[in-house]
Amino acid sequence: MSKKIKLNDEDYPTTGHVWDGIREYDKPMPRWWLYTFYLCIVFSIGYMIAYPAIPLLNGATPGLLKYSTRGEVQQHIDKVNAQNAEIEAKLLATPLESIGADVDLARFATAGGGAVFLTYCAQCHGAGAQGAKGYPNLQDDQWLWGGDLEAIATTIRHGIRNDTDEDTRFSQMPKFGEILESEEINSLANYVLKVSNQEHDASLAATGNALFADNCAACHGETATGDREQGAPDLTDAIWLYGGDLETITQTITNSRFGVMPAWQGRITDAQIKQVTFYVHQLGGGE
Amino acid sequence: MSFLKHHKKIETNATLLLVLSLGVVTVGGIVEIAPLFYLENTIEKVEGMRPYTPLELAGRNIYVREGCYLCHSQMIRPLRDEVERYGHYSLAVESIYDHPFQWGSKRTGPDLARVGARYSDEWHVDHMTDPRSVVPESIMPTYGFLKETKVKPESIQAVLVANRRTGVPYTDEMIEMAASDLEVQVDPDGDWEDMVARYPKAQVRNFDGQDSLTEMDALIAYLQMLGTLVDFSTFQPEASR
Repeated sequence: MSKKIKLNDEDYPTTGHVWDGIREYDKPMPRWWLYTFYLCIVFSIGYMIAYPAIPLLNGATPGLLKYSTRGEVQQHIDKVNAQNAEIEAKLLATPLESIGADVDLARFATAGGGAVFLTYCAQCHGAGAQGAKGYPNLQDDQWLWGGDLEAIATTIRHGIRNDTDEDTRFSQMPKFGEILESEEINSLANYVLKVSNQEHDASLAATGNALFADNCAACHGETATGDREQGAPDLTDAIWLYGGDLETITQTITNSRFGVMPAWQGRITDAQIKQVTFYVHQLGGGE
Repeated sequence: MSFLKHHKKIETNATLLLVLSLGVVTVGGIVEIAPLFYLENTIEKVEGMRPYTPLELAGRNIYVREGCYLCHSQMIRPLRDEVERYGHYSLAVESIYDHPFQWGSKRTGPDLARVGARYSDEWHVDHMTDPRSVVPESIMPTYGFLKETKVKPESIQAVLVANRRTGVPYTDEMIEMAASDLEVQVDPDGDWEDMVARYPKAQVRNFDGQDSLTEMDALIAYLQMLGTLVDFSTFQPEASR
């Protein structure tokens, strides 16, 4: 650094502005600041040439680099798709049952399916597919609509009881509160407790038996083991979607339940449906 | 640099300074803002956009009233991770009837631009009543009181009129029928055909599962239509954007 010449306050040049005896020093802007400023101007000219900048009648000038935000995201997606193209084509060509036999394909389906599951399914079925009240657990071997690969794929593709897909799985339990008396519902609930091996009132359950045969057996089966064709749950086991205590069973019979699952066909690709089907199937309960 | 001496005239004349700075700002505005009003590719041409139904609009007002926008944006940015998580990036035209728009980048919760038809109505009721019951790690406040608060159908007409004044193309018929259109959207047994003809793709359901018409119905009706209107099979992005 060169030695700074120290000027006395009186000798320092001023702008000539005087206000109430206060003078303003005429100090130049720092060089580094000035040069950065000039550099920015030069840069902006280059930027305007390289990138979209000047608005014309039908759009902005495209710029020499032809940059496009929307084009860029498409490029990024195309790049990943190209990397996966080969194995994805193989996945689409392989029947669901044969995916597990090919190690690479199984790995691809499990990893991809896991990502799809966390993005679209975890909000209802839980991050670990453990389910919640009203949203089935997908880890166990109890299935409402079937647990083989084809059945799972159909459920994912068309959903359940939604009004967007014409081929959605559909069934509707009547609201027995509008059909039966509350004593009858109580008897029925006690019968359901009996078939699921829980504490119950034996005499009420005996009355409930006949009511069950008349009202419920058509869907849930004579032995109350359910019917997958209609998504009617098995009532004899300890797995409950909404709860298996007397109060919840009474509520279910009185008001019925109407669980809805969206249809995913169209929202996710066919390859993704295959992946997530395989993923759900291998969680533990697949048949 | 002798012309710089004239700069003193501007500095010492407040009115001249004001007028000339206004001129400079105007140039900036003309270059940066004005083109957006005439450029043909600012608002994309797509099939399917329509004004909100009265019930959806009521739900939207609840959304804004409860400050949902403080944590949830409705703008999927053109980035690969966002497109793969939320769906097709948002288009300007999808916000054309939004007053105010719900864009943003601060996401304490996920983006909601395409949340429509992604979850069941029951999920929304469960989630609004107790977010932790379905998403254990959620920090969203509970909005269960929406199941108790009633929507007043007669107050929606004024909202439609206000929206029309800002440029939303509500027809006289839509405004006249506003209250009954609002009520019929939660009544699948009612005469909703005319309402759906006025608002194509409108979903008619009892959204909250209760008999009465509550704010929960309106909010879920709004959420379930978000991002479902535009038909992307016919959308071609402009090369220059």
